[in-house]
Amino acid sequence: MIGGLTQFSISFFKELFIPPYEVVEVRKHMIELGMKTLPIVSLTGFIIGLVLAMQTQPVLARFGAEAFLPGSVGISIVREIGPILTALIFAGRVGSGIGAELGSMRVTEQIDAMEVSAVDPFRFLVVTRIFACTFILPILTVYVIFIALIGSYIAVVLVQNMTWAYYTGAVITSVQFGDAIPGVAKTFVFGFIVGVVGSYKGFTATNGTEGVGRASTTAVVVSSLLILIFDMILVKVTLWLWPTI
Amino acid sequence: MADNIKMVEIKNLHKQFGDLVVLEDVSLDVMNGENFVVFGRSGTGKSVLIKCIVRLLEPDSGSIKIDDVDVLSLSTKKLNEVRKQLGFLFQSAALYDSMSVRQNLEFPLIRHFDFSSAEREEKVRSVLKKVSLEEAIDKMPAELSGGMRKRIGLARSIISEPKLMLYDEPTTGLDPITAKEISSLILELQRSLKMTSIIVTHDLLCAEIIADRAIVLNDGEIQYEGTINELTSSKDPFLRNFFSHEIIKANNRSL
Repeated sequence: MIGGLTQFSISFFKELFIPPYEVVEVRKHMIELGMKTLPIVSLTGFIIGLVLAMQTQPVLARFGAEAFLPGSVGISIVREIGPILTALIFAGRVGSGIGAELGSMRVTEQIDAMEVSAVDPFRFLVVTRIFACTFILPILTVYVIFIALIGSYIAVVLVQNMTWAYYTGAVITSVQFGDAIPGVAKTFVFGFIVGVVGSYKGFTATNGTEGVGRASTTAVVVSSLLILIFDMILVKVTLWLWPTI
Repeated sequence: MADNIKMVEIKNLHKQFGDLVVLEDVSLDVMNGENFVVFGRSGTGKSVLIKCIVRLLEPDSGSIKIDDVDVLSLSTKKLNEVRKQLGFLFQSAALYDSMSVRQNLEFPLIRHFDFSSAEREEKVRSVLKKVSLEEAIDKMPAELSGGMRKRIGLARSIISEPKLMLYDEPTTGLDPITAKEISSLILELQRSLKMTSIIVTHDLLCAEIIADRAIVLNDGEIQYEGTINELTSSKDPFLRNFFSHEIIKANNRSL
């Protein structure tokens, strides 16, 4: 499978720059994937932000460091929790959808029909989806970070008197540019992983409906694992390249 | 009607999956304008044969020429130029589920021709009229019955006016009346568009309506070749056995 995923990724970059560009398809997928994921990431982001602040507050209170609550929660959300949470939910929601949709197209001969009508199915179905995943996930991540911060603010307001302006001011002061850039930048890689794995599993599905189910499930499992592995690698590389971040 | 120019020329075609030999040394010619039927029991390589012709499957050896072009030696880009001249009706019709009937029909037109949207609309409506489904233009494939899907699949295949049409079991899974209607429609379209057709089928009634000539595949080889009358009236034990079941089914259908 690693060989297949690598070959798929290479083919994506080879086909990406060759016209004609399927701009309409890419735009359609970006809107669909974004809208499909928006409700669940909004809810999850809000709850995680809320719970994170609720959990952190008593710990900081133990050391008399409650003033650091906005900063510590903000940094956690921006650097790690926002990106990884969004990516894992995206993998579950979108990765399985792409695997099932392309798998279904494969076993019902729709991909063959496209090929025989002289349209390259890889360009039309795969390149457009990978591109859309790669660029919609960072946008969703920025949105989730914002929602999680709102959740964390509400948790803070429940236990101590703090204005939204003060809270966001404290977050902005604590969270540096160097925290936000690597956090959001790595989601381009996570989005690419979800797109490649989902498309690969669906595009190569066999054995009828059973194969479609398997493609959908393994797309989620494999892309989630790869996201965690690449997260570890990218954090290490970032800290190695910019130790002061 | 068929003339003496070869539209499809297949020589010594061999295809196997693992140890299973599906096509062995198959050679045949299909003439321009001819309706050529491929009979055979399930698993004898009929679908594999037509999928090799359009290179959805790669044969292990042999040669395939379409309109005198050796398709097996072509690059993907050149192969796609040949494929633009072909139509293929899949057994399941293979309509794109995420697109409406209109989008399904426009799909090849948008990608291969420079028609204006008004011209595309005209072509879509005209081809839907040919298959008597003008009212389905804005429906999604999931809203169509099996027979309607086949008709729309047929409409999508012929919208770019192909020179060669390939049908994979066009009447399978349809009720007798719809199957007969589809068969008559295939013949009517073939005559009006002057296409060459290769039809893979089990359906004797369909073959009787459409076929100019037929072959019977068995164990990966062409066992018999002739007109439908020659094949059905043969004294050969295999053919008598094969067609006896088909004749019973065809008689039942025509009642």
